[in-house]
Amino acid sequence: MKAIVAVKRVVDYNVKVRVKSDGTGVDTTNVKMSMNPFDEIALEEAVRLKEKGIVTEIVAVSLGVPQCQETLRSALAMGADRAILVETVAELQPLANAKLLKAIAGRIEPQLFLLGKQAIDDDCNQTGQMLAALLDWPQGTFASKVTLADGRVEVVREIDGGLETVSLSLPAVVTVDLRLNEPRYASLPNIMKAKKKPLDVLTPEALGVDVTPHLKTLKVAEPPKRQGGIKVGSVAELVDKLKNEAKVI
Amino acid sequence: MTILVIAEHDNLTLKPATLHAVTAAVEIGGDIHVLVVGFGAQGAADAAASVIGVSKVLRAESDGYAHLLAEQLAPVIVGLAPGYSHIVATATCAAKNTLPRVAAMLDVAQISDISAIVSVDTFVRPIYAGNALATVASSDFIKVITVRGASFALAAASGGGAVIETVSAGPTPHSSRFVGQEVSPRTRPELTTAKIVVSGGRGMQSGENFHLLDAIADKLGAAVGASRAAVDAGFAPNDYQVGQTGKIIAPELYIAVGISGAIQHLAGMKDSKVIVAINKDEAAPIFQVADYGLIGDLFNVLPELLSELDN
Repeated sequence: MKAIVAVKRVVDYNVKVRVKSDGTGVDTTNVKMSMNPFDEIALEEAVRLKEKGIVTEIVAVSLGVPQCQETLRSALAMGADRAILVETVAELQPLANAKLLKAIAGRIEPQLFLLGKQAIDDDCNQTGQMLAALLDWPQGTFASKVTLADGRVEVVREIDGGLETVSLSLPAVVTVDLRLNEPRYASLPNIMKAKKKPLDVLTPEALGVDVTPHLKTLKVAEPPKRQGGIKVGSVAELVDKLKNEAKVI
Repeated sequence: MTILVIAEHDNLTLKPATLHAVTAAVEIGGDIHVLVVGFGAQGAADAAASVIGVSKVLRAESDGYAHLLAEQLAPVIVGLAPGYSHIVATATCAAKNTLPRVAAMLDVAQISDISAIVSVDTFVRPIYAGNALATVASSDFIKVITVRGASFALAAASGGGAVIETVSAGPTPHSSRFVGQEVSPRTRPELTTAKIVVSGGRGMQSGENFHLLDAIADKLGAAVGASRAAVDAGFAPNDYQVGQTGKIIAPELYIAVGISGAIQHLAGMKDSKVIVAINKDEAAPIFQVADYGLIGDLFNVLPELLSELDN
């Protein structure tokens, strides 16, 4: 079966982002970008399913600016077979992403869609669920274990208070959580090989998808700074401060 | 303007998450209805009817709704949606799972995890792990919103007198089915609603050492949390995790023990009223957000703290 993995290019998770002084957004010029960490996990899972002989082809898809090609090359180096970039400089919100991925699904006809549970830039946690809705496929969100057998996928989901297991008929959409696996590093030979793997470039227009944002960002601001705190010298002093100054215990 | 709040419940009782969503709905302004979808959910419906600010409770019952999978819940909400200007739920796992599915079925955007309401169509939400606050305006005819529980107080759970109305349950899709659940036993307050939270990080060194935190938590009536490092190392269960990818909380008092304070952890707790950091590394970033910092070995500090609290 074919699997599609959606990967997003985001500001590297170690970067402390700065809000632009004009309040229009976060400064992303000259900032290190990398693959969204959750998407690495989704891709790793697809590669493992391929290694088990369950998945036959992995198509990595990214949506956005031309530089997303770098993210797709990383995906190819990790084990994806081919890549598709839907190139646009327009702002893409989750609903538009879901529509674009649905259009791609129409061309590839995958049995399984793997996505990260959220992107660490917009922190939306929507695209996978929206894609499942548009395709009218079942969804297994926040997966910490994925098992494919007999035309179904069993997903152990991380929920508030513990774990839940659901069984979904294929085709299905699965979004992955942090604890699903430990993504591999791409080896140098694989990085070289990835340069020769196919990478097709499409546009939203070619896919017939309207990507007009439904939400308009009016302003981006710094969160309020916390007041500087104090260092206490002893446990007794700490307890005294909590009781008598902060009055929280 | 009428707002539909999606109840979170276990059929018998209403979860506090619902009460945060009602507060947000009151702030948006309008008639507030609460939707209880479940199986044998009389208890939850009664509880929802008692919440102050709620004018009507809609109850959809079916044996297919016992475990509320998104594939089942979403069509019920979508069926009711045309009568509403806003669909609101607290950003719990369940709502994060279901509401984007609802939004896409309605062809509208979802506004995730809002922390403030500017107007009926404009909201503030944290992005980049809480390092920036975006003000966004929606042009959709129905606003589908999840709210950050930590940013909205609990609505009063008793004193209200809403009417309960039964709405018809639709067919249950069979593409997904519930297999089982493994829920951690809980004797302490829930992490997301606790007034005090004591959290441990990698510095705890082992899962056994978490009993040091348990003892202090029990003394303070607090919940116990953990950093991702502690969860990954197997010291604490997954659902203890506080941070960008775990729970986002804002208790009165947050005590971070042996936690360095990575961006992703701070995203989950930096709105706490008072933050205490106990760490032996003077340069740990957690001290930059802590109101009270104590530099010391947690294995000496924690027992001392316990005995000091006894006095």
